[in-house]
Amino acid sequence: MVDLIAYVVLLPLFGFLFNGLLGARIRSEKVVGMVGSGVVGLSFLLAGLIFFHMLALPVEERPQVVHMFRWISAGTLETQVAFLVDQLSILMVLIVTGVGFIIHVYSIGYMRGDPGYWRFFSYMNLFIVAMLVLVLADNFLLFFVGWEGVGLCSYLLIGFWYDKRFEKATTSDAANKAFIVNRVGDFGFLVAMLLIYVTFGSLNFGSVFARANALSVGETSLILITLLLLIGATGKSAQIPLFVWLPDAMAGPTPVSALIHAATMVTAGVYMIARCSILFALAPATMGIVAVVGALTAVFAASIGLVQNGIKKILAYSTISQLGYMFLAMGVGAFTAGMFHLLTHAFFKALLFLGAGAVIHAMQEEEDIQRMGGLKQHLPTTYKTFVVAALAIAGIPPLSGFFSKDEILWNAFNQGSWFLWLMGALGAVLTAFYMFRLVVLTFEGSPRYDPAKVHPHEAPKTMTVPLIVLAVLSVIGGFFGIPYSLGGGNLLGQWLEPTFAGASEIMRLPTPEVHAIEYVLMFFSVALAAVGIYGAWKVYLKRKELLPRLVSQYQRVYDLLWNKYYVDEIYDVSIVVPTFKVSEKLLWRGLDVLVIDGAVNGIARVISIVSMVSRRVQVGVAQTYAIVFVFGIVMILAWLIL
Amino acid sequence: MIPLNYYLALSALLFTIGVVGVLTRRNVIIVFMCIELMLNSVNLSLIGFSAFRGDATGQILVFFVMVVAAAEAAVGLAIIIAVFRNKQTVNIDEINILKW
Repeated sequence: MVDLIAYVVLLPLFGFLFNGLLGARIRSEKVVGMVGSGVVGLSFLLAGLIFFHMLALPVEERPQVVHMFRWISAGTLETQVAFLVDQLSILMVLIVTGVGFIIHVYSIGYMRGDPGYWRFFSYMNLFIVAMLVLVLADNFLLFFVGWEGVGLCSYLLIGFWYDKRFEKATTSDAANKAFIVNRVGDFGFLVAMLLIYVTFGSLNFGSVFARANALSVGETSLILITLLLLIGATGKSAQIPLFVWLPDAMAGPTPVSALIHAATMVTAGVYMIARCSILFALAPATMGIVAVVGALTAVFAASIGLVQNGIKKILAYSTISQLGYMFLAMGVGAFTAGMFHLLTHAFFKALLFLGAGAVIHAMQEEEDIQRMGGLKQHLPTTYKTFVVAALAIAGIPPLSGFFSKDEILWNAFNQGSWFLWLMGALGAVLTAFYMFRLVVLTFEGSPRYDPAKVHPHEAPKTMTVPLIVLAVLSVIGGFFGIPYSLGGGNLLGQWLEPTFAGASEIMRLPTPEVHAIEYVLMFFSVALAAVGIYGAWKVYLKRKELLPRLVSQYQRVYDLLWNKYYVDEIYDVSIVVPTFKVSEKLLWRGLDVLVIDGAVNGIARVISIVSMVSRRVQVGVAQTYAIVFVFGIVMILAWLIL
Repeated sequence: MIPLNYYLALSALLFTIGVVGVLTRRNVIIVFMCIELMLNSVNLSLIGFSAFRGDATGQILVFFVMVVAAAEAAVGLAIIIAVFRNKQTVNIDEINILKW
């Protein structure tokens, strides 16, 4: 039964090959779209079957390894292509294929008429394959294949409209930026992998974690490995300091932003930490850094989101901020809470992006929310689903975001410190504010676009149905993890508990008996969300005259946020420009032209000079040669005899 | 019975004459003949050894050498004729185009 997992991966691969090889010939968008999303849907069904099969098994029999074939066998390194099907990976598989399927269906409508229709679907299927390899890998090397694979697909899809302009450059530049920034992280991951092999003599998850358990907590090698893994995670999951690529990744088509840059790929870093929970639990110092990075990113990105005007840009910063929450959860050892937030975030953030796509579609490629407004009567379905998602992300009960975010905040307070909780709470109020600023400026009020030129209209069925499905999921998604304190069973927690048992045992986290503080914190965070929503509604709808006053009063802060804390500029000055300068002046004109070319050309010149002289030896008279010949033989004979 | 040394001395003498001829004479045909002389001097020493050791292998080898030499003589003379038709000379100093 569990062996079916191979087909979960192979089906999208078939879709990729089919659309990639034949798509251009078929010319039928219907066939391409049906195959492209159909294979992902089938994958989802198979994964669901496996999930229910696992549900029926006793807990200790649930994790299984499905061997495919031996991949690399060199000396002591023995790597299998094998899929690890356990509670954690099957959850990710369900998210990837489920949300992936919905977004594929949405793309059928969204990408209609695009000349690269088949290309889009084949890339998307390839992405699903790579992501599934990533989450199902049973060793670090195969994991890395998936890790790089999703990076590649991300690159291909960000630059999908490669001839289109994006901000000051082209989408290709945005794609390059994403790829190069990710390489920094990948480098960290690669070195970590080498260190793991040196330390543990294996790359297999099972044996590495078993051997790691024998080490003492806080071993230097463990801290080094986990720090390097963290660098990898910050690259892929867009955390400080490597988050700069994600806002630019919005250059790609909107379904790509929804699938890759919100719901699935960017959570790979979080998944990796969850997968290596034992290694991280054994390195408390790294855990502290993970938590702080997450908390800082959550507030940092949310504050930038406050003032941006691009609809997708705001959502991008929101994604960074929410990923920060997941890192915060991982950092305080609340792995389940982090995975729970990953699940609910996949629902509501995908929904927000798809909703934004519907708006952009309706506004004829307009992305600036300052030139929108009053769209709710033109796009009723989009409006309703968007508000559901916004409420969910803001953390209003009983929507999904409330449960997951609250569990993170509570764990941050309980197992971390008041500082982490404070950052989380601050992030929550900012989130509520920027989300409803977005909702109000887009859908409420009066139109600020030119009604003579733009005629907003609701999106086709293939786009609205996915919105509705995701809206339902955003509402009920939280019910999988209602905490005990609210009378729920925390189903997700129970499901994932065996996976994280090892890490929890090492960390010996306190289990609180009294729920009083939890209730207070819960009430507090809901109140904060309400304040944020009310504030946005007040400033952007009811009393617009407040806005210019606020802006001029805090001009400095506003400028800082508007320019995204000048991070891009700082990186430009400190890294990009020096790299270019060094590359051009030193490496190109210095090293390449002078040293390398000089050496190669110099050798050639020396040889040609020597030849000019030595060729005179060849006079063309056969007898001269014969004399040399005989002389040589005589010399050899003399040497042999004497 | 003539001692082996006599054969070897004659062979060495013929070989040396051949080498000197190849190196000093200018007429291609004579050079060519000198090469043949060298070949046959070697044949002579082979036969000498063969008779001395009472082993027929050397004589068999000589037959092979003679067959090859016959073929080589045909090819060599053909080349000389071809060169002569082109350059109207058999002087080896004037056939010197094989150079830089």
